[in-house]
Amino acid sequence: MPMPDSADNLIEVRDLSCHFFTEEGVVRSVDQSSFDLPRGKTLCIVGESGSGKSVTARALMGLTREPGKIVSGQMLYRPAPGVVPIDLAAERSGGQLYRSLRGAAFGMIFQEPMAALSPVHTIGTQLLEGVLTHEACSRAEARNRGIDALQRVGIPEPERRFDQYGFELSGGMRQRAMIAMALACRPALLIADEPTTALDVTTQANILDLIADLQAETGMTVMFITHDLGVVAEIADEVAVMYLGRVVERGDVDTIFHAPAHPYTEALLNAMPSVHARRGTRLPAIPGMVPHPFARPSGCGFHPRCHRFVDGLCNRREPEPVDLGAGHVARCLRLENSKDQKEAAE
Amino acid sequence: MGGYIFNRVLWAVPILFGASVLSFAIIQLPPGDYLTAVMASMRSTGESVEQSQLVMLRERYGLDDPMIVQYWKWISGIVLRGDFGQSFIYNRPVDELLWERLGLTFVLAFASMIFVWLVAFPIGVYSAMRKYSVGDYVMTFIGFLGLATPNFLIALILMYVSFTVFGTSAGGLFSPEFADAPWSWARFWDMMGKIWIPVVVIGTAGTASLIRIVRANMLDELPRPYVEAARARGLSETRATVKYPLRVALNPFVSRLGWELPDLVSGATITAIVLSLPTTGPLLLEALLAQDMYLAGSFIFMLSVLTVIGTLLSDLLLAWLDPRVRHGLM
Repeated sequence: MPMPDSADNLIEVRDLSCHFFTEEGVVRSVDQSSFDLPRGKTLCIVGESGSGKSVTARALMGLTREPGKIVSGQMLYRPAPGVVPIDLAAERSGGQLYRSLRGAAFGMIFQEPMAALSPVHTIGTQLLEGVLTHEACSRAEARNRGIDALQRVGIPEPERRFDQYGFELSGGMRQRAMIAMALACRPALLIADEPTTALDVTTQANILDLIADLQAETGMTVMFITHDLGVVAEIADEVAVMYLGRVVERGDVDTIFHAPAHPYTEALLNAMPSVHARRGTRLPAIPGMVPHPFARPSGCGFHPRCHRFVDGLCNRREPEPVDLGAGHVARCLRLENSKDQKEAAE
Repeated sequence: MGGYIFNRVLWAVPILFGASVLSFAIIQLPPGDYLTAVMASMRSTGESVEQSQLVMLRERYGLDDPMIVQYWKWISGIVLRGDFGQSFIYNRPVDELLWERLGLTFVLAFASMIFVWLVAFPIGVYSAMRKYSVGDYVMTFIGFLGLATPNFLIALILMYVSFTVFGTSAGGLFSPEFADAPWSWARFWDMMGKIWIPVVVIGTAGTASLIRIVRANMLDELPRPYVEAARARGLSETRATVKYPLRVALNPFVSRLGWELPDLVSGATITAIVLSLPTTGPLLLEALLAQDMYLAGSFIFMLSVLTVIGTLLSDLLLAWLDPRVRHGLM
């Protein structure tokens, strides 16, 4: 079967599993997850802490650390539309290919800009690193490019900031500097791992605007990890919802917000504070907690917290992804059932 | 930066004053003085002691003056004229004895420090990067072995081995023909040929503890997000490790330098006695036993000076290495 739209995806992740082999046991941080990164678009990965968002991002960057390991699945990377894709899951993270991709075609920004900046190196030193590693250019040339990059992310007095240290900048400026570093080599993909979580709301909005502007300017693809649905509504084209290491639902942002198919997505949306909420009503919360990695529930991982739980169905076996059309995929046994019934009726 | 240096140097002055008072107080602490010690040793060998002669000596050395006068005589001599007083046992000016011994001690201490760094740094980094590997365990085992073995024991073993296997005496820093000779290239090379034994002996314990420090510092820094950020910018594993965590891990190590310096000078006394090294340790012990107050006091004072200088150096080095210190954030 031909897949006409897949040529437009920069990266297709298929059944990716990344497990951590700890002394206590195997943690299935990412388990048979699939999603697409459409070229030039923004994919938001949403989920609670421990749902495997960051592990997915690091797997893509080839930054999976011991005792973590990609055990199965594919990460198909297509540098240009129509070319034969490269499976990144088969590449060594320290190998030639990944070393030429990291910092060049793939840039990454992190949750805490302060911690992600070296305490004893200037912004400039860290900024030039990517350029000098990947491109043949003189130090002076690189310095000019670095200052340009700082200017581009809206840092005032870039020449002065270039020689300053991370701790001399404000939180927002630090994240801007991190973005400048990630974008110094004009990557095709920017992976943003909760880049606004540690920032105050005003700065957060500025950073989101900045990323959107830079995306419009360069046409890069953005993979944005967050647990803030407000941020998702603002910037996402596509959304993937993760729970216990699995992508439980994915689709375009309108479908996810207005016609969610998975009860977890529904519950997340209900738990969002709204200005239209009636006075005196409590903000709904998802009951229970994310299960401990070594105490995964049987069947569907979400069933103990699910408001649509069906006894005898949801706690029996794990759900398979169900294609609901137009790139909308959800992993819920109820959907599997209704789809089976529909097909049987036809 | 200039203000910071000025500030630090200024602080050294009152500390040095306190150190000089303390050094003098310490050598005055034991009951009696040099002459009582001389008397005791003469009595034990059965020689008769003439009271008139003792009184004469007492007056000549000013031993009956009040403490404060004696202190003033001593410290003003050092500060104003560079005169550390007279050694009773050697009957020579203290500074003649002091500088040569101190110089050799310094050479030895410096060589040991370089040895310790050269060995401990790569091993520490390796141990941290291959945490809980066989190599890490082997290094840790050898390190603790070095830490737990008394230095003088290693010295004795090395001396034994060098005497039985190579047929040479491992004691001292010089061959007999160079022991009292003036400095020359030949004497220097002679020293270089012998210095490695004390360097290894003194270095083992320091190496073991430094390996642990480097390893712990590295383990603190390796999981930091800035290391991952560096890798995400395309740096290879090795480059990212050497450029970032190793660099940051240097800081706690540099701040140790301050007390490492006097430690190296004074800490090796037993080793120096066993190996009969012409360093400060054995001489200080001798001076203390004989209550040779100017000699002992000067040595103790110089050790304090070294501590202050060492701390000052490490402060300045730290400020140079770590911008957070320079900007007064830490």
